[in-house]
Amino acid sequence: MALSQQSQLDQLGDYKFGFSMPENYHFKSRRGLDRDIVEEISYMKGEPQWMRDFRLRALRIFENRPMPTWGASLADIDFQNIFYYIKPMEKQGRTWDEVPEDIKTTFDRLGIPQAERKFLAGVGAQYESEVVYHSLREDLANQGVIFLDMDSGLREHPDIVKEYFGTVIPPGDNKLAALNSSVWSGGSFVYVPAGVHVEIPLQAYFRINAENAGQFERTLIIAEEGSYVHYVEGCTAPIYTTNSLHSAVVEIIVKRGARVRYTTIQNWSKNVYNLVTKRTSVYGEGTMEWVDGNLGSKVTMKYPSCYLLEPGAKGEVLSVAFASDGQHQDAGGKIVHAAPHTTGTISSKSISKGTGRTSYRGLVKIYPGMNGCKTHVNCDALLLDTESRSDTYPYMEIEEDDVAVTHEATVSKIGEDQLFYLMSRGVREDEARAMIVRGFIEPIAKELPMEYAIELNRLIELEMEGSVG
Amino acid sequence: MSEQQELKIENLHVRVEDQEILKGIDLTVEPGKVHAIMGPNGGGKSTLAYTLMGHPGYEVTEGRILLDGTDITEMAPDERAKAGLFLAFQYPHSIPGVTMANFLRTAVNATRPEPVSPRDFRKTMREQMALLKMKDEFAGRYVNEGFSGGEKKRAEILQMAMLQPKYAVLDETDSGLDIDALRIVADGVNALLGPEMGVLVITHYQRLLNYIKPDYVHVLVGGRIVANGGPELALELERSGYEKFEPPSAA
Repeated sequence: MALSQQSQLDQLGDYKFGFSMPENYHFKSRRGLDRDIVEEISYMKGEPQWMRDFRLRALRIFENRPMPTWGASLADIDFQNIFYYIKPMEKQGRTWDEVPEDIKTTFDRLGIPQAERKFLAGVGAQYESEVVYHSLREDLANQGVIFLDMDSGLREHPDIVKEYFGTVIPPGDNKLAALNSSVWSGGSFVYVPAGVHVEIPLQAYFRINAENAGQFERTLIIAEEGSYVHYVEGCTAPIYTTNSLHSAVVEIIVKRGARVRYTTIQNWSKNVYNLVTKRTSVYGEGTMEWVDGNLGSKVTMKYPSCYLLEPGAKGEVLSVAFASDGQHQDAGGKIVHAAPHTTGTISSKSISKGTGRTSYRGLVKIYPGMNGCKTHVNCDALLLDTESRSDTYPYMEIEEDDVAVTHEATVSKIGEDQLFYLMSRGVREDEARAMIVRGFIEPIAKELPMEYAIELNRLIELEMEGSVG
Repeated sequence: MSEQQELKIENLHVRVEDQEILKGIDLTVEPGKVHAIMGPNGGGKSTLAYTLMGHPGYEVTEGRILLDGTDITEMAPDERAKAGLFLAFQYPHSIPGVTMANFLRTAVNATRPEPVSPRDFRKTMREQMALLKMKDEFAGRYVNEGFSGGEKKRAEILQMAMLQPKYAVLDETDSGLDIDALRIVADGVNALLGPEMGVLVITHYQRLLNYIKPDYVHVLVGGRIVANGGPELALELERSGYEKFEPPSAA
């Protein structure tokens, strides 16, 4: 690895989640991936035959597909050096007391139990490959809301899972989706019955602890007609000099008139490859909102997508990315208009610092005959210094004339005059820079629940530290 | 060192991108007094304003600036603001996503030893906005983003009112204002005048000085102060223009 001792120390200073805990694990697979590993995972989970077959089919697709070369550099990933399945404890905890001490300490330090008490309707906490703690407020459970880890979802609601699993993102979608489909473990299963509004957020928390661990959670959210749910995920990992891999698949089904908001505050340590496929099928008058904040990881490739399948469907992607030294955030969104009179918005804000690199990559597709569609793409990049870099790859495939498509893109630098103006009012240079950056992301931060907006601003301020000079 | 209460500019030479713009300025602004600097475009008026506030693009090659006896020539702009200096910009910059209220509170807290309570801050801000005939929702708008010319200038005076500097420099505060806006802005400035504050009004036209009455008028041409006088000098300039002060080569 190119990281020097000193820069590792510097990273530790900035990243307060960089600690790791000893590995007292119930089970840890050997390194690498083959048919035996996949069968072992399925066997340990006691899965039905169809899921085992699904995994093995996906493994073949993964093995036969080339690595994608169109985005960020993935050359450093060694798939045979990764631990694909780590089971930290034998049984999931129903209270925090049942969670082993090391793991509980980790989530305490991340503030999860406190947040659960204060402002969450339900919490899932995944440590390595398995969800170690799960809760849902009783009143929601009584209304028929299901919020389980994906493995329990498969066990307890096999019919629903079988109906929807892999239908929004089939294993053949891309190489990393195939990888996830073959070795998936954990993630959330959310089912909201028709007409039920879950007014306060459900949160899942993802933590990688071991070196060279892979985390492949799988999330499935089904919002029945006229329902509403806001799902939030957060992610952190310790700092290691070698790479870890996080490759999730998130499938969401938004039925007629339903609305789902999915918020991510991704703060992986800077040795994690974060390669995630997220997609929603949106039906008539339904609304999907992705709010995607990417601050951590070494490389992120993630383009939350909305497939608008019936008239009146709406899809929105709000994306914020911050890349500091050594990071590449390749993020954006996709809106696919597969029905007439559908509406899409992608709004992206990216910030690059030092050798950090951000890329906006997005697709708007309107099929022939899909008249009356409206779509708007807006991507703004802010460069904090002369070294940093930002690129824009806005793909537009518009095959229908009777549509309204607009696209705006800006690249700006923090200007000397803007800083001078703020400083002339007594504001220190570092505060002035942070203020400009906070203002830049404000249109997206204001969409977050307050606790997360504060967290986002705090994380950005940490990243900004030492940027003066 | 002397504890003299004054903003003192001594033999100030300033270079911008290898060109000397100010060629030895001497000027003293006392608390309670209004000084006007008048001059043609390109004479160095805005350079003087930016240099006083410490813009990094303006290099002082000779001379110094003293604020109440403290040499501020090498200070960063934020330190000058904390020392009690204020510049009302001719072209204020926009800060997208940052509300006026947030910006003002940050600035007020940065320039005071103790932070103000949010309640006191809001009360003062509302009072000052009312004086400048600004609607309440102005506080929620992003700094200078989409402001009209008049709104920008009022926002500058609002900042001055909130920060209560010892010395204020107003750089072409009248430019781009119609007569009604000019009157509102001038009334705002006059309300702040008092024995505690010294003001340096920089303007091309005499018009503003009908509303903000100067005690002294200085003429800045070709990087030098070429004439000093009282209010009558401004009226004379209005009649005869700057030609007689221009160096022959510039004609």
